[in-house]
Amino acid sequence: MKRRQLIQVAGAGSVLGAMGMITGCATSGGSGGPHVVVVGGGYGGATAAKYIRLWSEQSIRVTLVEPSAAFISCPISNLVLGGTKTMADITISYDNLAKRHGVNVVRDMVTSIDADKRTVKLASGGELSYDRLVLSPGVDFMWETLPGMSKPGAQDKVLHAWKAGPQTVALRKQLEAMPDGGVYALSIPLAPYRCPPGPYERACQVASYFAKAKPKSKVLILDANDDVTSKGPLFKKAWADRYKGMVEYRPKHNVVDVDAATNTLKFEFNDDVKAAVLNVLPAMRAGDIAVKTGLATANKRWCEIDFLTHEAKAAKNIHVLGDSIQVAPLMPKSGHMANQHGKTCAAAVVALLTGKPPNTLPIYNNTCYSFVSADEAVHVASVHRYDAAQKTMLTVPGSTGVSKAANELEGGYAMGWARNIWADTLA
Amino acid sequence: MNRWNKIAAAGLLATLGGWASAQAMDPMQVRGWASTCATCHGTAGIAQPGMESLAGVNKDEMLKKMLDFKTGKRPATLMHLHTKGYSEEQLQALAAYFAALKR
Repeated sequence: MKRRQLIQVAGAGSVLGAMGMITGCATSGGSGGPHVVVVGGGYGGATAAKYIRLWSEQSIRVTLVEPSAAFISCPISNLVLGGTKTMADITISYDNLAKRHGVNVVRDMVTSIDADKRTVKLASGGELSYDRLVLSPGVDFMWETLPGMSKPGAQDKVLHAWKAGPQTVALRKQLEAMPDGGVYALSIPLAPYRCPPGPYERACQVASYFAKAKPKSKVLILDANDDVTSKGPLFKKAWADRYKGMVEYRPKHNVVDVDAATNTLKFEFNDDVKAAVLNVLPAMRAGDIAVKTGLATANKRWCEIDFLTHEAKAAKNIHVLGDSIQVAPLMPKSGHMANQHGKTCAAAVVALLTGKPPNTLPIYNNTCYSFVSADEAVHVASVHRYDAAQKTMLTVPGSTGVSKAANELEGGYAMGWARNIWADTLA
Repeated sequence: MNRWNKIAAAGLLATLGGWASAQAMDPMQVRGWASTCATCHGTAGIAQPGMESLAGVNKDEMLKKMLDFKTGKRPATLMHLHTKGYSEEQLQALAAYFAALKR
């Protein structure tokens, strides 16, 4: 580390120290060693922070900047909407990252990145220097594609609940308040978007709740895509067998505007739809900070990366992972995948900061469970291997598949998966 | 094998004791592959309830299990898919890695 960087890092440390934000780990203070700033404490960022500490044997200092007080899991959050899980079930503290691994967890938000100076500015006014930056900002919404959603109050009334948190609670309340016989309309944007099977699982969970609490109600799925984008036959079977007459699926319904005042969806080609509860998933792109920094080089939406290191194509020393990246073929934007990115990225960052070559053959997997009822689940799984000729991750032949049928055994594995990924990411 | 690999291998052999394929495979690479199993089977192979721990397993038993998943001989919900993502040599290295971890 150069002397100039040391001074900058020490300076940032004292600013944060004065703000009472530095955790009390002896090895993570201003004691030298390279410094990595991780932006975003979701599945990608939190995993990267933990594994950089583990694999550098605590020799690399890691500061994780995350605005939320605790981690709230998007996976399993549809069960909160269905009423069989609570927010407490999907909320996990960041304390273990600090206590067990010596990560400096800073509750703040990065507002700008200076890639030349290698600094980030914080919303609170502070500044941090880094040797390498790990950016895992998730997705943000392309509100400009739905003009009516910019009207005052529209976003408070028509919810996405596609980032687990206050909107999950608010949407559950809307479902509870809806009179029996009402229609819940869920709109899905064109792929790619965060969590391909998530909207269809959500339809199952809301239907499961309606079946118990308000059986005359309907779930109407309005999908911009030509067909169900993930686990199609399994979801369609669930709708036909378990929620007969309750769930209606309409493909090729691309929402182009929303009138929140009258709860009306407007489409590119189809007639307007009014519903008691609207749940609109807008088109998505990489998190604002990645776009603002000029890293979203694919259609100004997603960040192209080097899959060996996760370094952004547009900026040196900045590594992007999770939902924000321009994915490889057949790679979903999922929490499981972000956790896997986090480790590939962590290994590369540790290697690069200690003057070693990064691994040349990343292989990682995706496992994604969806609950079709309160306790029965289905999966999609795949293994992705680096292809040196094409410089991307390709699925290994034979490694991709879905469940034969939904069952409770897989429901048990789905909760086992959740407990384990939460611990692997945060504990 | 380049200089870095030699150094890394020397360092890792301390924890991996008796790992026959250490000469053939980069230990850092194997550690990276193994960490992708940890998402479901626990960091360092110690799982939370609902999944099997892999730390300290018998190397030969684990390899046989993985190969049986791969060929379809052993029933699975999804491990028949995951094991198809790795060559037999890679599965050997993974079995040796997890066998060497402390329970």
